[in-house]
Amino acid sequence: MTSILSVAGLAKRFGGVKAVDDLTFEVAPRTVHAIIGPNGAGKTTLLNLLTGIYRPDAGRVTLAGRDVTGLPTHRWAAAGLGRTFQNLQIFFNMSALDNVMVGRHLRERCELLPSLLRTPALARTERACRTAAREMMHRVGLDAWLDARADSMPYGALKRLEIARALALEPQVLLLDEPAAGLNQTEAREIDALIRELAAGGTTVLLVEHNMRLVMEVSHRVLVLDRGAKLAEGTPAEVARDERVIEAYLGVAEAEATEAADA
Amino acid sequence: MTPSRSAAGAPAQDVAASGPAQPNPRRPLGRVAVRAFEVVVGLAPRGPQLGALALVLALLPFTFANNYFYEVAILVALNAIVCVGLNLLIGYAGQISLGHAGFYALGGYGSAIAAARWGWPVWASMPAAVLAVGALAWLVGRPTLRLKGHTLAMATLGLGVIVSIVLTNEDRITGGPDGMAVPPLVLAGRTLQGEPVWYGIAAAALWLAVWLAGNLIDSPVGRALRALHGSEVAAETLGVDSARWKLIVFVISALFAATAGALTAHYAGFITPSKASFLHSVELVIMVVFGGMASVWGAVLGALVLTVLPQALTVLKDYEMMVFGAVLVITMVFFPRGIVPTLARLASKG
Repeated sequence: MTSILSVAGLAKRFGGVKAVDDLTFEVAPRTVHAIIGPNGAGKTTLLNLLTGIYRPDAGRVTLAGRDVTGLPTHRWAAAGLGRTFQNLQIFFNMSALDNVMVGRHLRERCELLPSLLRTPALARTERACRTAAREMMHRVGLDAWLDARADSMPYGALKRLEIARALALEPQVLLLDEPAAGLNQTEAREIDALIRELAAGGTTVLLVEHNMRLVMEVSHRVLVLDRGAKLAEGTPAEVARDERVIEAYLGVAEAEATEAADA
Repeated sequence: MTPSRSAAGAPAQDVAASGPAQPNPRRPLGRVAVRAFEVVVGLAPRGPQLGALALVLALLPFTFANNYFYEVAILVALNAIVCVGLNLLIGYAGQISLGHAGFYALGGYGSAIAAARWGWPVWASMPAAVLAVGALAWLVGRPTLRLKGHTLAMATLGLGVIVSIVLTNEDRITGGPDGMAVPPLVLAGRTLQGEPVWYGIAAAALWLAVWLAGNLIDSPVGRALRALHGSEVAAETLGVDSARWKLIVFVISALFAATAGALTAHYAGFITPSKASFLHSVELVIMVVFGGMASVWGAVLGALVLTVLPQALTVLKDYEMMVFGAVLVITMVFFPRGIVPTLARLASKG
C-alpha cells in the first residue's frame, strides 16, 4: 500500500536554528501515526510546514499522490488535509454549530451571487450543511452544545469542537496537535476512543501529543523527533525500547524528576 | 443580528421540506408553488426584521413637518447604505478602509461627468460609474489584501487622498474646488425630483442594501468572512481562501459606497470634492464603529445618529463640536462594542 502522506528531505531554518532538518517519513493510510519529541524538537514547526503555514526551505511533501509543497494553506485543505491547533483557534465570534459549518466550506458551493440573493437552492444546501455539521458535533460527543455560543463553552468541549470542525472538511489526513493537552483523565480517554474510531473509519491521523499513555495506546507507528531531525521511528513498542529515545526523551523527564526531587 | 438562526428542530424541517421539494415535471404550476414556498422560507428568518424596516421607512414621512426632515432622512438613508457596505468590510472581514469617501465621491463624480460632460443618460451613467469604482477597488485591493495586517487601511488612505487631489485639480472636468452641477435623474421620460420622490428612492435603496447585506452574512460567504475574522489561520486550514473573500467583500463595500455617492449627487444636483475628503472617510468609519461592528442594524443606527446629531447640535453654535465629541466618547465608554451589539449582549444576558 502506498503512503498517503510522504515527506522527503523537509527542512526549515529560523535564523541559525534548524527547526526541522532534512526530515523524511511516510504515513500509511488509515493508520494513527504519532509524532513525539521533547519540547523544542520541532513538532509544531513540522505541523505548520505540513499545513502550508510555513514554507519549507527544502524538501517536498506529497499528499494523496499530489505534490503540495509550497501551496497556500487553503489549497492544502482542498488537497485533503485537516488540522486542529495546540492553542485553540476557535472562531469565538460565532456559534459552535457555525464553527463546524465553516468546516463544510469546501463541501458546499460557496458562490457570491446566490449568497447575495439567497436563492432557494442556497437555502437548501444550507439546511444540508447544518444537518451535516450537527452530525459531526454528535460524532465527537458535543450534543449538549449544539446551540451554544463558542465563547460560552468550556475548554474540553472546545478541544472537541476543533476536531468536529476539522472532520467537517472530510479530510484524508487529520493532524491533531496535542488533542489531549489540558484535559482530565476521563476526557483524554474519550479523545483516545475518538481517534481509534476515526482511524477505523478511514481517516489517517497524524498525532502530536505529550500524553505518552495516549500515544502508546492508539498509535500504529511513532516518529520521534529531536532537534528537528528524526531520532527513531517504529511501532510504539520498538520506540519505547530504543535507547536513544530513552536518553533524549524519557531521560530528560528522569533528569527533571531528579531535579524536582532535589528542589 | 444573531449570527445564525436557531438550529432547534432543523432536522424535522428538512424532512418536511424535502417532500414537496421534489420537482414534478408534469405539473409546472406545482413546481412554481414549491419554489415560491422556498423563497418565503428562505426569507423567513429575517422576514420580521426586514418587514419592520419597510414599515418604518414607509411610515416615517407622516412624521415629517417640512422638507427639511425629508432632506435629513434622505441623507441618513444614503449614508446608511455606505455604512452597511463598510460594515461588511470592517465588522465581518476585519479590514479597515480609510478611503471609502473616495469611492463615494467617485460614484457621484463618475455619474455626473458621464451625464453632464458626455451626455450619457443618467440611468446608464450611474451603473457605469458604480461598476468602474468596483473595478478600481478590485485593482487596489488585489495586491494589498494578499498581505497580512492593515495594509488595506494604508492603501485606501492613499487612494482617498489621490482621489481628493485629482477631483480638486482637474477643474476642466470636475469643476475644481467649487464642484460641479449634476443633471437630475430621468427615468422613462420623467425627471425624478422633489424630496418625497427622493425619499422613496433612498428608502428603497437602503432596504435593498440591508436585504443584500443580511443575505450575504447569513450565507456560506458570510460564514467564511466571520471565520477569517475570528481566526484567519484556522479559516485557511478549512479551505477558506482569505485573500479572495476579503477582496470580494472590499469590492462589494466599494460598490455600496459608489451607489450611495451617485444617488446623493443626482439628488443634490451638485457635488464638491469635500465628499472625497479624508475626514469624510473617517466619519464613515466612526458611524460603523459607533453603531456597532458586525451588525447591519448597528451600521444603520450609526448613520442615523451621526447624521442627525450634528444637525441637532447646531443650536449650540460654538459648543457644537465639543458636545458632539463628548457624546462619542461617552457612547464608546458605555457601549464598547458599539450601541447595537452591546445592547444585544445585555439583552441576551439579562
